[in-house]
Amino acid sequence: MGELKLMKGNEALAEAAIRAGADAYFGYPITPQSEVIEYLMAEKPYERTGMVVLQAESEIAAINMIYGAAGSGKKVMTSSSSPGISLKQEGLSYIAGAELPCVYANVVRGGPGLGTIQPSQADYFQSTKGGGHGDYRQIVLAPASVQEMADFVKLGFELAFEYRMPVLILADGVIGQMMEKVELFDQMPRLTDDEIAEKYPWATTGKKKGTQRRIITSLALQAHEMEAHNMMLQKKYADVTEKEVRFEAISCEDAEYIIVAYGSSARIAQKTVELARKQGIKAGLFRLITLFPFPSKALQNLCKQGVKGFLAVEMSAGQMVEDVMLSVRGCAKVDHFGRFGGTIHTPEEVLNALKSKIIGG
Amino acid sequence: MTIPSLEEIIKPENLVYEKTDLMTDKALSYCPGCGHGTAHRIIMEVIEELGLEEDTIGIAPVGCSVLAYEFMNIDMTQAAHGRAPAVATGIKRCWPDKIVFTYQGDGDLAAIGTAETIHACNRGEQIVIVFINNGIYGMTGGQMAPTTLPGMKSSTSPYGRDVEMMGNPLKITELVAQLPGTFFVTRQAVHTPAAVRKAKKALKKAFENQKDKKPGVSFVEIVSNCNSGWKMTPVDANKWMEENMFPYYPMGDIKVDGQLVK
Ligand SMILES: Cc1ncc(C[n+]2csc(CCOP(=O)(O)OP(=O)(O)O)c2C)c(N)n1
Ligand code: SF4
Repeated sequence: MGELKLMKGNEALAEAAIRAGADAYFGYPITPQSEVIEYLMAEKPYERTGMVVLQAESEIAAINMIYGAAGSGKKVMTSSSSPGISLKQEGLSYIAGAELPCVYANVVRGGPGLGTIQPSQADYFQSTKGGGHGDYRQIVLAPASVQEMADFVKLGFELAFEYRMPVLILADGVIGQMMEKVELFDQMPRLTDDEIAEKYPWATTGKKKGTQRRIITSLALQAHEMEAHNMMLQKKYADVTEKEVRFEAISCEDAEYIIVAYGSSARIAQKTVELARKQGIKAGLFRLITLFPFPSKALQNLCKQGVKGFLAVEMSAGQMVEDVMLSVRGCAKVDHFGRFGGTIHTPEEVLNALKSKIIGG
Repeated sequence: MTIPSLEEIIKPENLVYEKTDLMTDKALSYCPGCGHGTAHRIIMEVIEELGLEEDTIGIAPVGCSVLAYEFMNIDMTQAAHGRAPAVATGIKRCWPDKIVFTYQGDGDLAAIGTAETIHACNRGEQIVIVFINNGIYGMTGGQMAPTTLPGMKSSTSPYGRDVEMMGNPLKITELVAQLPGTFFVTRQAVHTPAAVRKAKKALKKAFENQKDKKPGVSFVEIVSNCNSGWKMTPVDANKWMEENMFPYYPMGDIKVDGQLVK
């Protein structure tokens, strides 16, 4: 068993980065995730593992430091919260276009604009539909516990390097701030410079005599070249959609009504399902773990199994619900419930919504 | 008198100049007479002469020199507009023993990327920044740059730069020289053989500084022409540059070995 600790979600994320053998973290403070860089600065990972930590002058600078380091084959991470994530979008589009691996976290707060520092899930569209410019995708992992804040860093790096694409850990302020018991995985070694040069022939590590030089770019001046590059990216995304869907189905076997949720909304909805079952309602929880790729097939199968209705519960005005509708394609009733702008729904509110919008509606 | 054959002429002892292997054979995409090509060549010659090519990573900007990676025959990363110093920081912090340099235009370095420039300089990153100041946005068709001279015409200052309305040209090189994080700051040109020799010497010093792990940024500005953007012939552009740009952006070292030059 790994080391047990009581930690905040943000601290678990930071500790996991060190233990996953990350080479660097570049970030800029913003509530509710400033603990990530604070923890790293206090922990001195440059003494523990040789990992670099640097406070950048902005989120834009941080994501471009990530771009540079990732292009040279290093395992790098950044994190921020909603307004800062908006600033990173151009850089993320470059990272996706140049096919570089990186992990970053968004500990979402209420928006739009400066919004509020309270938790929210209103960055779903930005996270799953591109965010930056161009036809690109990123893998989105949605932790629902402090344990997953740690575990998804390790998983995120594995996926980022396997597919050479950005992986987003989409948490909300609750997950970032709350303290829970977490079992930390053991320290993994950082790759040596020689190992990086050997393992990642695409990385700019200096052109050795008689070898091909490496160019990290997302530019193609000819439209047909850009189209070919895009087709290759789309193939990769189709591959990811095929292989990397993750979800958890709780009490869904006999369910007539299913709540679809992720992150802290899923924790709340789990309680709703218990309350509903006590009242004789056959309710289940379908917890999304990957938001991209979205578990469309699994939802379709539940439909075929006879589920009468789905309630998408999220701390937003209704974003993820669109993907549920697209998945179910009219074969069952779909509606949305959620408090937003930094407010959190209660299990009872969710149950009432299930009754009024799905069961009775 | 007999005329020597080609074979008789092409002999090692007659060889006075050779193209560096660190420039690819690709035809340069720059306008004839543009300074970018010469600047590329001398940077690559310096890297070759110092034997650094196996350990150097260059950063291309967004601007006319976005394709620098097509011409510089080393490992290269193309950065988003203005972000090259941050990209270089990311690489250099993770690979402290590699040689990392950025190559940036004035729009890239002194407008959209001002924050990244100032902060990389202020942190004293051990990198080389090569700054091509042609007083205009070449790539996008001759719009006003932060370095456009007062009264100078561009497509977004068609009646000349009105400093009341548009602000004064930014002498960012003098500005970064004030920061403790810069070690070597100089301003050069590449429009005459003499200027090229001096600029190459300055670049050599810059790369040597990094090789010797001298603390801080080595910043080399090259005042250059943009004959297309300025709407002049290459010869007129160079003359105009000497008469108008050089008085505003005077040539020479501004900071050497961490000390401001009096
Ligand atoms: C974010 C962003 N904004 C604007 C542009 C458009 N753009 C491309 S190059 C350029 C200006 C380049 O001028 P400069 O840096 O002076 O280089 P030059 O072309 O003169 O060598 C601009 C505004 C862009 N590519 N990206
Ligand atoms: S537009 Fe100007 S800077 Fe660009 S290649 Fe032509 S002369 Fe050079």
